Amino acid sequence: MPNVKQILDSMDYGPAPEVSSHITEWLEQHKSGFNHFIDGAFVPSHDKAQFDVTNPANDTVLGRVAVGSKADVDDAVKAARKAFASWSKLSGHARAKYMYAIARLIQKRERFLSVLETMDNGKPIRESRDIDIPLVARHFYHHAGWATLMSSDFKGYSPLGVCGQIIPWNFPLLMLAWKIAPAIAAGNTVVLKPAEFTPLTALAFAEICREAGLPAGVVNIVCGDGTTGAHIVEHAGFDKIAFTGSTEVGRIIRKATAGSGKKLSLELGGKSPFIVYEDADLDAAVEGVVDAVWFNQGQVCCAGSRLLIQEGVAPKFIAKLKRRMETLRVGDPLDKSIDLGAIVAPVQLQRIRELVKKGQDEGGTLLQSSCSMPSKGNFFAPSLFIDVDPASTVVQEEIFGPVAVAMTFRTPEEAVQLANHTRYGLAATIWSENINLALDTAARMKAGIVWINSTNLFDAAAGFGGYKESGFGREGGREGMYEYIKTDWLKALPNSPEHPVKLSALPSEKNLHANIDRTAKLFIGGKQVRPDSGYSYSVLNSKGISIGEAGLGNRKDIRNAVEAATKAISWSAATAHNRAQVLYYMAENLSARAEEFAKRLQAKGKKPKAASEEVELAIQRIFYYAAQADKYDGRVHSTNKRNVTLAMNEPFGILGILCSDDAPFLGFVSLVMPAIAMGNTVVVVPSPLQPLAVTDFYQVLETSDVPAGVVNIVTGDREELAKTLADHDEVAALWYHGSAVGCAAVEKASAGNLKSTWTNNGKLFDWRNETQAQGEEYLRHATQVKNIWIPYGE
Amino acid sequence: MNERVPSSSGSNHHPRNRGTPLHTEWFENVQVNLSASERRAATLTTRRSVKKEYQAAWLVKALQCIDLTTLAGDDTDARVHRLCAKAKRPLRDDIVKALGLSDDPPKVGAVCVYPLMVAPAVKALAGSGIPVASVATGFPAGQTPLPQRLAEIRYAVDQGAEEIDIVIHRAQVLTQDWVALYDEVSAMREACGKAHLKAILATGDLKTQRNVYKASMVAMMAGADFIKTSTGKEDVNATLPVSLTMVRALRDYGELTGEKIGFKPAGGIRTAKDAIAWLTLMKEELGRRWLEPDLFRIGASAMLADIERQLEHFVTGRYSALSHHALA
Repeated sequence: MPNVKQILDSMDYGPAPEVSSHITEWLEQHKSGFNHFIDGAFVPSHDKAQFDVTNPANDTVLGRVAVGSKADVDDAVKAARKAFASWSKLSGHARAKYMYAIARLIQKRERFLSVLETMDNGKPIRESRDIDIPLVARHFYHHAGWATLMSSDFKGYSPLGVCGQIIPWNFPLLMLAWKIAPAIAAGNTVVLKPAEFTPLTALAFAEICREAGLPAGVVNIVCGDGTTGAHIVEHAGFDKIAFTGSTEVGRIIRKATAGSGKKLSLELGGKSPFIVYEDADLDAAVEGVVDAVWFNQGQVCCAGSRLLIQEGVAPKFIAKLKRRMETLRVGDPLDKSIDLGAIVAPVQLQRIRELVKKGQDEGGTLLQSSCSMPSKGNFFAPSLFIDVDPASTVVQEEIFGPVAVAMTFRTPEEAVQLANHTRYGLAATIWSENINLALDTAARMKAGIVWINSTNLFDAAAGFGGYKESGFGREGGREGMYEYIKTDWLKALPNSPEHPVKLSALPSEKNLHANIDRTAKLFIGGKQVRPDSGYSYSVLNSKGISIGEAGLGNRKDIRNAVEAATKAISWSAATAHNRAQVLYYMAENLSARAEEFAKRLQAKGKKPKAASEEVELAIQRIFYYAAQADKYDGRVHSTNKRNVTLAMNEPFGILGILCSDDAPFLGFVSLVMPAIAMGNTVVVVPSPLQPLAVTDFYQVLETSDVPAGVVNIVTGDREELAKTLADHDEVAALWYHGSAVGCAAVEKASAGNLKSTWTNNGKLFDWRNETQAQGEEYLRHATQVKNIWIPYGE
Repeated sequence: MNERVPSSSGSNHHPRNRGTPLHTEWFENVQVNLSASERRAATLTTRRSVKKEYQAAWLVKALQCIDLTTLAGDDTDARVHRLCAKAKRPLRDDIVKALGLSDDPPKVGAVCVYPLMVAPAVKALAGSGIPVASVATGFPAGQTPLPQRLAEIRYAVDQGAEEIDIVIHRAQVLTQDWVALYDEVSAMREACGKAHLKAILATGDLKTQRNVYKASMVAMMAGADFIKTSTGKEDVNATLPVSLTMVRALRDYGELTGEKIGFKPAGGIRTAKDAIAWLTLMKEELGRRWLEPDLFRIGASAMLADIERQLEHFVTGRYSALSHHALA
C-alpha cells in the first residue's frame, strides 16, 4: 500500500472493497448444495444432480446448485396448483400484506442481496446496490398495491392459475421481481427458474418468502439449465409462460407452447438505437452512452448499443466518447470504484470476442479504452466500433457486451429510418433539446420504450416490453398486470366446433342465384379485384344449395393485400376523430342497407328476426368502436420526479384477422372495427362458409370514405390463408377465430417474426353477447403500449 | 490526463489566462440538460470511493485546496489573524507526523477576506507562501458603479492581495448582454494587474444551466483565471450539477484556446465527504491535473474542521471531538 505522501502525488482512487464476509458465511452454510424451493421447503433434485455456480470475476466456485429434472418441475407445479386454490381466493389486501412484508425484507437485506448478486453475476456493486436491488424492493411495493386494487381496478378479471417463469442472468433478482410480483399480486402461483449462471439471489429470495410467511407453494423456485427450462415450457400444468431472454429461445418457446392455450409473454433481445441530434447536450449524451451500453457490461437487452449521430457533430461526439471511455474503470466488481465488472461467463466472453473480431474483419475500426484490466476473470474493455455500416454484422447482431457501434445520419428522417431498420423493437433513446424533434422522433420509433434525454430508466409503474421481434407483453405498471389475468367470461366459453371446410371451385348442381349474376371478388387496396387463382367457389346454404360464389383467394392475394395494407399505414396517423368519423359513416351506410344485409343473412338459413338483429348489433358495434376511437387513450405513469412517462396505445400496424363461422357478419364487424378504430390496417379472411354478407360489405366500405388499403378482404380457405398471414413478416399481429387445430397452427407459424397472436383457443365466442364480443379487451389486443420517458427541467 | 505538477509549485503560480476576444458563437447554441446533469452529478459520487490511506491523502489534498474564508461584517484584525494562523498550520503536529508529512506540512491554498482585511491577512501570513485572496467589486451583489468596483480591486491589490474574487454583474447574464459582461470582466482583469482573477458567477442567481455555461465562457474569454460558483450569500450555493456545467465549460474553453482555467466551488461545502465529491468531479471530468491548488480551490470555512476530525480518526482509529482541534 503506498503511503499518504505517495498518494498525494498520484491521487489514485485505490482499492475500495465491499465487505463480503456475510455472504461467505451464507455460502458456507450451504456448502452441501443449494436446493430447489418447492412447496415452502428446500428440497434436492430427485436425481440429486447438481451443478457449479461460479463467480465470474475470479472463476471461483460459489456453490453447488440442484438441477431440476422433469420430476422436480412436476412437484413444483403440483405445489403451485394446490396453493393456487387458496392464494387466489385470498382478499387482495391479504395478498398485499404478504407482498409488503417481502418488500420490507428485501429492503432490510439490501446490502446482502447486492453483494450476493455482484458475486454471482459479476456486475459492479455500485449497480447492484444502487439500481438492481432498490428496483426489486420498489417492484414488490408497487405490486403489493396492485394486489390491493385487483378487485376494484380489474373488475371482471381473474388470475390465470399456475405460471411458469424463466428469467435471464443479466439482472437476476430484478427479473425475478418483474416476473413474480405481478403474478402473485393478481392471485397466481408461480414456478420460476433462475438462469443457470445466476441462481443464488433467487434462493436468497426464497428464504425471504419463507421468512415473510408466504403460504407454501405460492412461489416455487426450480434451478437448472435450458433442459429444466424446456421441462417448464412443455409442462401441461402451466396456464402461462413468461420468458425473458434471447429471441432465439423465445422463438422456440412460441413454437413449443403453440395451441396449448398457455398465455405467453416474451421479453427478448434488442439492438436499440441511440440517436444523438446536433442540438443535443453532447456531454449529457456521452454519459447516456455510459449508462446505455457500458452499464452492466453491456449485458442489457434494451442497451442503446447502436449509436446514430448526426453527421455535423459526429467527430466532436466521438472525440468526447473516446475521452470518456478512458476514465471508465474495469475490475473487481466488489470494488466500489468500478464501472464495469465481469462478463457473466466464459462462454459469453467468447461470444463477444468472436463478434468483435468479425466486426474488425469486416472493416470496422475498434476503439477500446486503455484502462487497466484484471489479469484473471472474465473481463472485456469498454469498446466502440466506428467505420461500420448498417450491413455490418456488429450493427445487426446483439453483442450483449460493452461494445457500442456508431454510425451517422444526415436528417431526422434518416435517423428514424436507420433506427427502425431492424428486426428488433425493444427500446430507443433520443437526445435533442428540441421538444418538437424529440417527440416527433419518439412517436415514430417502433419500440416499446423510448427514452428522451436519458436512457435505461426503469420503474415498476411503467410498462417494459418490445415491439416486433423483441417480443410481446409488458412488465410493470397497469399494462403489465394484464399479462397475469384473464377475463372471467373466457371460462364459460364452449368449444368451437371443427368445421371441415371443403371449398369447391366446380359449379354446383343447384343454385339460388339472383337474376343478374353477382360474383364477389376480393377487396384489396380499396378495389374489388379478381382472385389470383382465377377461381371462385360456391357458397352453400344449409341445404347444400349454392346461394352465390366467392373468390378463392390464395397466398398471392394475401401478399397483395398485405402490400395494400402497408401502403395505407398513414391511417394510424389520422386523428382518432377522423377514424371515428369513418366508422360512423360505415354504420350510417350499413343502416341504410340493413334490410339487404338481413336478407343476405336469411339466405343462409337465418330466421328473419335473428337476421335483422344481427345487422342491428353490427351497427351498434360500429358505433361502439367509433365512440372508443378517441377514448381508449394512454396514461401518464407516475415514475421519477420531474418526468412524464407517457404510456401510449399504439396500433401494431398490419393486423391479420381470421373470422369464425358463427355469426359470420357480426363476427367480422366485431373484429375489424376495434382493429381499425385503433389505427391498424387489416387483412381479413371472412368465414369461408358464409362470406357473402362480408363481400356485400365491400360497397359499404367503398361508400364510407374508408381509405384504400385500410380494410382488405380475401375470401377462401381460412386455414390456408391463416398460414400465409402467420408466416408473413410484415404482419405484426394476428387474430384468429377457428378450430383448435387452426389456433395451434397460427401460433406456431407466428414464431417467424414473433408476431403477437390472439386466438379463440378453440373456444366459441358468442358474437351476440356484448360482454364477450366487444369491449376494451379488443382494443387492448389491437394496440401495444409504448412508454416514452421525458425528463424535464431547466 | 496524468500530467503532474511539481509538489513545490505554489498555489497560484499557474500561468495567467490570456483570454480571447468575445466569441459568442462559442456558446450561443450551448445545450445543457438539467436532468442529465443531475444524474451525472448524483452518480459521480456513487461511482467512486476512496478508503483508508487514499481517503486520508484525498482529504489532505482537499485541505491544500481550501480558500480558508471569512467574509463577515464582524471581521476584525484579530479574527483574521486567528484564521491565518490556522491556514498556516491547519493540522495538529501529531496528525501531520502520523500522516508522514512532517517534511512539508500541509497548508491551505489561500486565505480569503474582504478588502479591508487584506492588510492584516498579508501581515499574518508573511513568509508562509500562502496567498491572500480578496473579494471585491461590490461583493456580494456587485450593484455599485463600475469605477468604484474597479477601485476596490486596485485597493485590494495595493494592500497585497494576490488573488481577487470578483462578482459579475448578474443583470448582464439575465439580459444576455454578453458584450457588457465581457467588457466589465476585462476591465476588472486589467485592474487586477498581477493578481489572479477569480470570477464569481453567483450561479444561484443565474438559475439556468445554460446561463451558467454562457457566463462561464464569457468570464474566461475576458481573462478570468478561475471561475467560481457562488459568493456564499445566494439562496443556492455550490451544487454538483452546476459545478459540472462549469467544469465542462472550462474544458471546452481549454480545448478552444489551450488555456488551463481553475475552478472554485464555494458556499455550503461543509463536510469532508463534500470535499471528496468535488475532487472526484475534478478528476473524472478534467483529470489529475485539476487536483492541485493552482487549478482547484474550495471556498470553505467549516469544512476544515471536519477534515481534521476525519484525519485524526484515520490516524488514531478513534472518533474525534471538535474541541480537540484549534479553532480557525
